[in-house]
Amino acid sequence: MPLTPKTTTPKISVRNLNFYYGEFHALKNISLDVPEHRVTAFIGPSGCGKSTLLRTFNRMYDLYPKQRAEGSIEMDGENLLTTKQDISLLRSKIGMVFQKPTPFPMSIYDNIAFGVRLFEKLNRAEMEERVEWALHKAALWDEVKDKLDQSGLSLSGGQQQRLCIARGVAVKPEVLLLDEPTSALDPISTAKIEELVAELKSDYTIVIVTHNMQQAARVSDYTAFMYLGELMEFGDTDTIFTNPAQKHTEDYITGRYG
Amino acid sequence: MEPTHTHHISRQYNAELEEIRSRVLQMGGLVEQQIEQALNALVNGDTSLGEGVIMDDTKVNELDVTIDEECQHIIARRQPAASDLRLVMAVIKTITDLERIGDEAEKIARMAVRLADGERPKNNYAEIQTLGNHVRTMVHDALDAFARMDAQAALQTAREDRQIDQKYESIIRQMITFMMEDPRTITRALDVIWAARALERIGDHARNICEYIIYLVKGKDVRHTSLEQIEKEILGRRT
Repeated sequence: MPLTPKTTTPKISVRNLNFYYGEFHALKNISLDVPEHRVTAFIGPSGCGKSTLLRTFNRMYDLYPKQRAEGSIEMDGENLLTTKQDISLLRSKIGMVFQKPTPFPMSIYDNIAFGVRLFEKLNRAEMEERVEWALHKAALWDEVKDKLDQSGLSLSGGQQQRLCIARGVAVKPEVLLLDEPTSALDPISTAKIEELVAELKSDYTIVIVTHNMQQAARVSDYTAFMYLGELMEFGDTDTIFTNPAQKHTEDYITGRYG
Repeated sequence: MEPTHTHHISRQYNAELEEIRSRVLQMGGLVEQQIEQALNALVNGDTSLGEGVIMDDTKVNELDVTIDEECQHIIARRQPAASDLRLVMAVIKTITDLERIGDEAEKIARMAVRLADGERPKNNYAEIQTLGNHVRTMVHDALDAFARMDAQAALQTAREDRQIDQKYESIIRQMITFMMEDPRTITRALDVIWAARALERIGDHARNICEYIIYLVKGKDVRHTSLEQIEKEILGRRT
């Protein structure tokens, strides 16, 4: 039985997903529904498979020959795991932001325009509008509006991470995957990103992987707890953090693991 | 899943949670003693015992403040979750009720001091003794259930509140009869009613504590629900 939060529409439906790194069985028969226009957090100790699960959603593993996924991940009635799937198109629909900020070595403006050019033919005015829109969405506009031609690498860590989010948002994806988006940032930048997540969820479905339990508690609507490649518990965040059903979940969120 | 509040990776955290837990029991012990001594003071007309209860209330109030502060520190510094969070919440609520129990005991003690020099009633406040013993046992059992984190025992104890209410009602009816038959008994009857009222309130507070214990152990908020409903909750979800 897949775990489905009540009263929500699933955006991504994972069914019987198994994932292998060569011989290593990293995800074991995962079934869950990621609700649309909500923030879903994956938590669990290191090596539990939470990042692996996130990376199956936009087929990041395709880059590596020995990694394979079995089962199905459906979005809008389409199985993302079939070979027919156009990977570039998929990644324009499901954007990703990584643990370390990864701005391209180009101007702030081009960092955002780069991805858009791959999918859309916009004239100059339209592109300028799109860049501004994306930077506004990522709450970065006011800080960079006077230096759009400067290198993306000249920004602070927190700004770079928001630039990456702006870049992800600019192609108007449906889903945003955030893999430890604030683990390299200071508390103020972290707070800004968390604020951003709350703002973005009205337009996007967001999945966030985090080691920071309080962050999951603060930003997410639903929380999935994973352990040793299995999905142990999935439910609304309030319940998971006040009265989890499983002892494993309880031990993890209260800091009882050795 | 029985909450244990130990086995955290942080031993300091274990110690902090254990500290608030044991301080609640310390406060509970003090309050229990207040009830017992207030009743003895009334029954035996013992002024110094009554004054002792009044003095003890300061200690109870201090503990109320100290435990509250410790809970605040844990919330601010540890961001407790799940059963740890429920423990902190239950402790904050429990100490409020304990403090009020102390206040009720103090009322009885003040009355005891006031009545000490007067004429003793023939039955020597027998009805208050009976009700008082029942209430004292209930408070004791509630604290015992807290110490053992025992939801079943908490439910059992919460049930006692009904009987206490019935005893209280019957004392009131009896006193009304006395007062109607002989107006000279009014003063004494009123004293008995005030004391019974204080004891009945203590029963209510003890029931509240039982409800917090059930919340702490089972994760279900059972305030403002019937005992039958609570029973269902307890027998329900177990993992």
